[in-house]
Amino acid sequence: MVEHRPWLTIFAHAVLVLGAFVLVFPLWVAFVASTQSAVSFNQIPMSLLPGGHFIENYSAVLTQGLASAGAVPVVKMLMNSLIMAIMIAVGKIAISLLSAYAIVYFRFPFRKTIFWLIFTTLMLPVEVRILPTYGVVASLGMLNSYAGLSIPLIASATATFLFRQYFLTVPEELLEAARLDGAGPWRFFRDVLLPLSRTNIAALFVILFIYGWNQYLWPLLVTTDPNYYTIVMGIQRMVTVADATPQWQLVMATVILALLPPVVVVIGMQRLFIRGLVEIEK
Amino acid sequence: MAQVELIGVTKAYPNGIVALHKIDLKIADRDFLVVVGPSGCGKSTLLRLIAGLETMSEGKILIGDRDVTRLEPAQRDIAMVFQNYALYPHMNVYDNMAYGLRNRKTPKPEIDRRVRETARILGLETMLERKPRQLSGGQRQRVAMGRAIVRSPAAFLFDEPLSNLDAKLRVQMRGEIKRLQRQLGTTGVYVTHDQAEAMTMGDQLVVLRDGHIEQKGGPLEIYSRPATAFVGGFIGSPAMNFLDGRIEDGGRKLRVAETFSIVLPGAGLPQQEGRNLTVGIRPEHFKMNGNSALAELPVELVEPLGAQTLVEVLFGKKIVTVSLDGAIAIKSGDRIPLSVDPAQLHLFNLENETRLDCIVA
Amino acid sequence: MEKRVFFERRLTPYLLVAAQLAITLIFFFWPAAQAFYQSTISQDAFGLSTTFVGLANFERLFSDSLYLHSIEITLVFSALVVASSLSIALLLAAMADRVIRGSAVYKTLLIWPYALAPAISGVLWLLLFNPTIGVVSFALRKVGYSWNNFLSGTDAMILIVAAAAWKQVSYNFLFFLAGLQSIPRSLIEAAAIDGASPFKRFWTIVFPLLSPTTFFLVVVNLVYAFFDTFGLVHTTTAGGPAHATEILVYKVYRDGFVGLDVGGSAAQSVVLMAIVVLLTAIQFRYVERKVVY
Repeated sequence: MVEHRPWLTIFAHAVLVLGAFVLVFPLWVAFVASTQSAVSFNQIPMSLLPGGHFIENYSAVLTQGLASAGAVPVVKMLMNSLIMAIMIAVGKIAISLLSAYAIVYFRFPFRKTIFWLIFTTLMLPVEVRILPTYGVVASLGMLNSYAGLSIPLIASATATFLFRQYFLTVPEELLEAARLDGAGPWRFFRDVLLPLSRTNIAALFVILFIYGWNQYLWPLLVTTDPNYYTIVMGIQRMVTVADATPQWQLVMATVILALLPPVVVVIGMQRLFIRGLVEIEK
Repeated sequence: MAQVELIGVTKAYPNGIVALHKIDLKIADRDFLVVVGPSGCGKSTLLRLIAGLETMSEGKILIGDRDVTRLEPAQRDIAMVFQNYALYPHMNVYDNMAYGLRNRKTPKPEIDRRVRETARILGLETMLERKPRQLSGGQRQRVAMGRAIVRSPAAFLFDEPLSNLDAKLRVQMRGEIKRLQRQLGTTGVYVTHDQAEAMTMGDQLVVLRDGHIEQKGGPLEIYSRPATAFVGGFIGSPAMNFLDGRIEDGGRKLRVAETFSIVLPGAGLPQQEGRNLTVGIRPEHFKMNGNSALAELPVELVEPLGAQTLVEVLFGKKIVTVSLDGAIAIKSGDRIPLSVDPAQLHLFNLENETRLDCIVA
Repeated sequence: MEKRVFFERRLTPYLLVAAQLAITLIFFFWPAAQAFYQSTISQDAFGLSTTFVGLANFERLFSDSLYLHSIEITLVFSALVVASSLSIALLLAAMADRVIRGSAVYKTLLIWPYALAPAISGVLWLLLFNPTIGVVSFALRKVGYSWNNFLSGTDAMILIVAAAAWKQVSYNFLFFLAGLQSIPRSLIEAAAIDGASPFKRFWTIVFPLLSPTTFFLVVVNLVYAFFDTFGLVHTTTAGGPAHATEILVYKVYRDGFVGLDVGGSAAQSVVLMAIVVLLTAIQFRYVERKVVY
């Protein structure tokens, strides 16, 4: 379009640069803090340039952790988070694929009821049922275990809805052709539906991995043994040290480690994850 | 109301593609110009340049006597009807039409008067409260026009506004748009790929191809004297047939497709003696004529349309479409005698496809 | 929408949904039912005897000034988070829609916070706002404001609002940008020809057409502010100082897990459930009817 508003373009860039700065600055500060020595935090305000203690700090947290946080090596917590996140992502996808398949491609009594049952889980995030859910998990002996960390979070509705919505758009002719070729339900699922759903599965995996990794309340409730702490919840213990000042350089090193995997996933798979987000909310 | 002039208008893209090459065009005040051409010829780009929706690489555009080259769309005093109507979905018909006037701070009573008057002209009075999604395609089209009309611009711009309508509605709207334009007396530039629309609606036509003007002129002139083989083949339906020809006998005779010879009018084409060229014959200019037939040709396919009969015959190795009046009882396999009036032949230079005119005796 | 062609099997569908149903029943419905039940009982201090008290827990709750205060705090918090996060995201999206050069870089830099857990966002801002060494608090002191989120309830609230809104901007930005880019270009052009300046075009054409997206984001952001911010509060202010940042979702944890008040916490859970149901209902009734033009 013919437009003579250079100021508008300049303004737009200025706003975007400012926005990008505000969104990146805290990350930069965290990184800088993670490379300082303990002493440099006596400086007011803290320095905005990286210090030289990168290796020292990171190896300290990775191998020893913080005493206040149960002295669990951060490596262990990262592992716990990884296992939990993958179990949640894979579990959710697997279960939802099966449920969506059943709901879309089968007619059976209570089909509608079951659909609504699944739907209502949308309205029951962990935060509204913490005590009783803890009670159930405890009585099943699932505290302080990977199973306890992940299984209760697996059955939520969003993934099921996504797959259901997607399956509804798959042309009828494919099923008809498959049946003519003698394929039963399992065959059809494995050889036709699954390959078709690949992109959706990948996009969903990205989102669910991040969701699983970033879980806070649930791991907090379900783990009393520091060996099962996940990294995102574990950080809280490092920061809330009653009357002492937190050891910022170690805390921030842990923070950087904690946010690295999801951030790498988001940036590396931007297209995939954006597509997944938009699909879910449709 | 004003004349529109394009001088040396060129549009080139950063990747090297040139959409329009130095277009010169003058549209007289109150005239209705139709720009027609195949997809990708640059006609929409041309229109959008006039509107100010695209930037020119070179050239000038004048509307009225103003040089609008560097002006924003809002300042050019033009109104546009888009292919998909571009009606504001969240506003009702009244607001859609009033929007442009409101932006120009026209006083409310004036806006009301003009919107209602335009609605009356277009038969939209009962629909002013409705939203676009409650209207049919034809009604939406009329609202789009109403939005343009209400602003009394210096020129109307139409970007293939009838493409989204079904065939019957299209024919009806064609007439309505032409009537309106004449009644309002506003200069109009109309872009289409449909040659029938172009022929029926335009006072002047411009045939565009790959960013160049192939021919400008009135519809009948373009029909009866196409400047290039392309124009000949593009305008007219069914399309013009093209056959190989050769000039003989000192320029006086034309041998067509090695099938028959015909005497050219006037003194023929003496300079083209012995040369090969392209012969264009419109389907409607063949006559089935037992007496002075030029050739008897085998029928491949018959398509009876009722008012006319389309026949595909084999001319040497080529298939030629013939359009005969009325319902003719022939079937494929028959051989029919055909002749053509030499004055209806269109001769084109083989290399550059330009028209060759016989020398008047 | 239903499939025309389907399988007729007796057992298979049940097997397929078995896993999800089982987990849903065991870990969702059973605890939810328990929460309902527990909200109507009262346990003595040793957990030995339980008495049915009907709605007494609820009555106690709504006459508890701390709980009412928590409701107020939550409403203030959510309103601030939703308003600030949405308006900043809209501005960024509108600008990003306008520039072509560098948009990929901007996009990456602006969406990365989506990957963060709210708790992490909290810790980042905790450092920035730290009364002694924080960079932001230092800047505030320079302009005459003495910041301390450990002492001032207002400062603490600002801290959690900042951390919560900051993180959500990227999510909202993404959806706003998608919404902006789905508006047909011809509408913008028609508006330009109709004499509307870019500013006018945005407010009279673009923003109204963005309303489905806006509404959707308001609901999603409300759910976020109400429920997903537990980790953020827990890591930064722990509801303090003096309950100044004790939002509902934090209070239910504190009273239930730390205070071991089964009845009261269950009652709070039920209230929270009602809120979720309300928000989800609104989302599905009004937002999912995507207005099609």
